[in-house]
Amino acid sequence: MSRSSLLLRIELQSNPEMLCVVRNALGQLAATLGFSEPECHAVVLAVDEALTNIIRHAYLGDAEQPIEASFRRIHLLHDGQGRDALEIVLEDRGVTVNPKKMCGRKLEDVRPGGLGLHFIRESMDTVEFSRRKGRNQLRLVKVLHVQGPRKGS
Amino acid sequence: MQIAARHLDKITIFDISGDIDLATSPQLRKALLREFRELKVPRVVLNLGAVRYMDSSGVASLVEGLKASRDVGSRFILFGLNRTIREVLQLSKLVKIFEIYDNEEQSVAP
Repeated sequence: MSRSSLLLRIELQSNPEMLCVVRNALGQLAATLGFSEPECHAVVLAVDEALTNIIRHAYLGDAEQPIEASFRRIHLLHDGQGRDALEIVLEDRGVTVNPKKMCGRKLEDVRPGGLGLHFIRESMDTVEFSRRKGRNQLRLVKVLHVQGPRKGS
Repeated sequence: MQIAARHLDKITIFDISGDIDLATSPQLRKALLREFRELKVPRVVLNLGAVRYMDSSGVASLVEGLKASRDVGSRFILFGLNRTIREVLQLSKLVKIFEIYDNEEQSVAP
């Protein structure tokens, strides 16, 4: 990674009512960066699912806890080529997430729940969990296959 | 999300609009479970034509509705899925377990 520029930073409460606000902002941001419509949907779905997991599992449904979301344009090597990408980092101060337990469920097991992590992994190129300084951190990366922002945005 | 109910013979049709997410999916779940478990409606049809977005909590509500319908021997039908909603169901690999039609006429047919 050689370049990184902050595009947007959001501090929100762990209130489910805030999800649609983040979705709308992120959808606009992804489109402005030049992601295709299906890619925009994928990024929005991944972040929505990640925030839902934070609200439900890290904060156990408490709607008044802090979540920080930062969105950066980065440059990285992808399949041997230099590519621009959208890097999203979500941080919370909730209970520790054990990445080994974050495995979702088998899709052939037809029952409610357990799909969120599967959606995140299917939607993003990189999904990394970590715990730093008392915070859970989730890093998501979506590689941009068309270089440069969309004209007229 | 808004839910409007219509009744046609022994069929309940829910017209859903807006986003189905963590904030709104409990409302959908409650409406579906009431129709199947309490009212024992033989067929519930969900019009998703005006739904802009659905996440995994929405899919989970649909799965719960489907299971409740099977428990009481009722039918649970979806129609009007736009590309975004269909993609979410396909991503969940659950699209084949639902009875899905293109329009309301097919959904309420005998």
